[in-house]
Amino acid sequence: MGVDKKRYLSQLEEEGLKQVVPADFPGKIIPGGNGGNIVVTTLDSVINWGRANSLWSLYFGTSCCAIEMMQTGAAKHDYSRFGFEVARASARQADLIIIAGTIVNKMGPVLRRLYDQMAEPKYVIAMGACAISGGPFYYNSYSVIKGADHVIPVDVYVPGCPPRPEALLEGMIMLQQKIKTENMAKKVNPIDGFDEGK
Amino acid sequence: MTDQQAQNKIKTEEYFINMGPQHPAAHGVLRLILTIDGEIIKNVEPDLGYIHRSIEKMCERDSYQQIVHLTDRMDYLSSHINNEAVCLTVEKGLEIEVSDRVKVIRTIIDELTRIASHCLWWGVMGMDLGALTSYFYAFRDREMINDIFEETCGARLTMNYNVPGGLMFDIHPNFVKRTKDFITHFKTKIPEYDRLLTGNVIFQKRTKGVGILTKEDAISFGVSGPTARASGFSSDVRKHHPYSAYDRVNFKEILFTEGDTFARYQVRMMELWESISIIEQLIDNIPEGETKAATKAVIKLPKGEFYQRVETARGELGVYINSTGNKNPYRVKFRSPGFSNLSVLNHISKDVLIGDLVATMASFDFVIPDIDR
Repeated sequence: MGVDKKRYLSQLEEEGLKQVVPADFPGKIIPGGNGGNIVVTTLDSVINWGRANSLWSLYFGTSCCAIEMMQTGAAKHDYSRFGFEVARASARQADLIIIAGTIVNKMGPVLRRLYDQMAEPKYVIAMGACAISGGPFYYNSYSVIKGADHVIPVDVYVPGCPPRPEALLEGMIMLQQKIKTENMAKKVNPIDGFDEGK
Repeated sequence: MTDQQAQNKIKTEEYFINMGPQHPAAHGVLRLILTIDGEIIKNVEPDLGYIHRSIEKMCERDSYQQIVHLTDRMDYLSSHINNEAVCLTVEKGLEIEVSDRVKVIRTIIDELTRIASHCLWWGVMGMDLGALTSYFYAFRDREMINDIFEETCGARLTMNYNVPGGLMFDIHPNFVKRTKDFITHFKTKIPEYDRLLTGNVIFQKRTKGVGILTKEDAISFGVSGPTARASGFSSDVRKHHPYSAYDRVNFKEILFTEGDTFARYQVRMMELWESISIIEQLIDNIPEGETKAATKAVIKLPKGEFYQRVETARGELGVYINSTGNKNPYRVKFRSPGFSNLSVLNHISKDVLIGDLVATMASFDFVIPDIDR
């Protein structure tokens, strides 16, 4: 896809026109006459492209990892470069939960409720050792859920205690790659059969 | 019926709403059950336990070296100070005297941690009151401290640099230079912070005269740290019960008497200058010496009770260890500053608006895992 992009861009330069489509647009652009262009693409790839590049995350930090998540959003690392900049306080407006911190028994139902409140499509990143497996609280702790994937389905796991901002960015980019392979016709809701252990 | 009579017939009803556990101004997972009449708060009941990770119970199964890493995760913004508190308690039990070098390095990193913590508090306080810019400014400077920690301790946030008897390893050769660079940089940034937020009219109107805590209440509720000092309660552990190298440096204890949100803000802003001054006094004369006193591989504390308190960025942290002479403690209790500070919230938030409660909470600088443990 987009084989003729170079030629298209040089042609645009010749005509003194600006590039109107981002460079990673999944499709072929055929310059048409009368100032209009024809775009050839598939619905799947263009929808996935849109979804992957505009993921709104939920403000969800329970402990230490939340600080590293905030650092990732701040000036130096700046996840808005990848389309994550809009953090929402309400689950109903969010596409993505970054589970930043330990989930304990009392928090488990709350996390599940937040997940259920989110509109489809929704994605989950488990950030840090606690969200993956209980981490340092795996042994001898009576109140920690040993991994957030006991409560909700998780898409990407980012290890670390806490992970560096670069690691979280890597996890976010991997999630984007995962979204780009989705097929609308065969889309499976990850929560279907989750409680039955499927 | 006249308008006046109609108004008299209107009845208002109190009802309750949840603030949290998923709330951007709760700084984590604090749940406040607010009883409100319109927008006026009648009662605030904190519901804890949403991040209770049973750290105290876990300590009973771990050896004394292993306890240290758990305390990183309690008050993660002053993780080095938490580590130090446990190590000081164990050292007290073992009657080990650490070298001067260890004391000075611990104090420098303590103060760097305090600056990092106050930076984050400043950014988030601005964010809670609607000034998002402060968040980006503060995190820009915080990154520099994190880089220093990373080079010396190997981690950015949960450093785990202290061990009973000293430090895990010596400081990085770049440590002194980078700390000095940071101080030079940061000295130009605090006035910038002041220009951005402190003098702002909207900010002052949101904070002045809001959430007033009197000195008597501060003392009777056990409030400590900058929150207590804003009410005129002199409670700085570094000053009154010096540990590490605090007895050899000159610094002021910042005291205000207003007790409102703006006073708490000012205390923390001025503490930044004091922290810088402490680091400047120590950074050029780090004495030579051992970085770790000799301890046995399996530490056994003698039978008895040991207590040590330190000043974290939020207030007084006390560590109580009850030992029966085994390789792990019989009981560990942390007296965390956040828990006592939270207890006064209901007392000072009666008959205020919900927006003012957010401002008050922001100025208390809660870290919820520190409260729940």
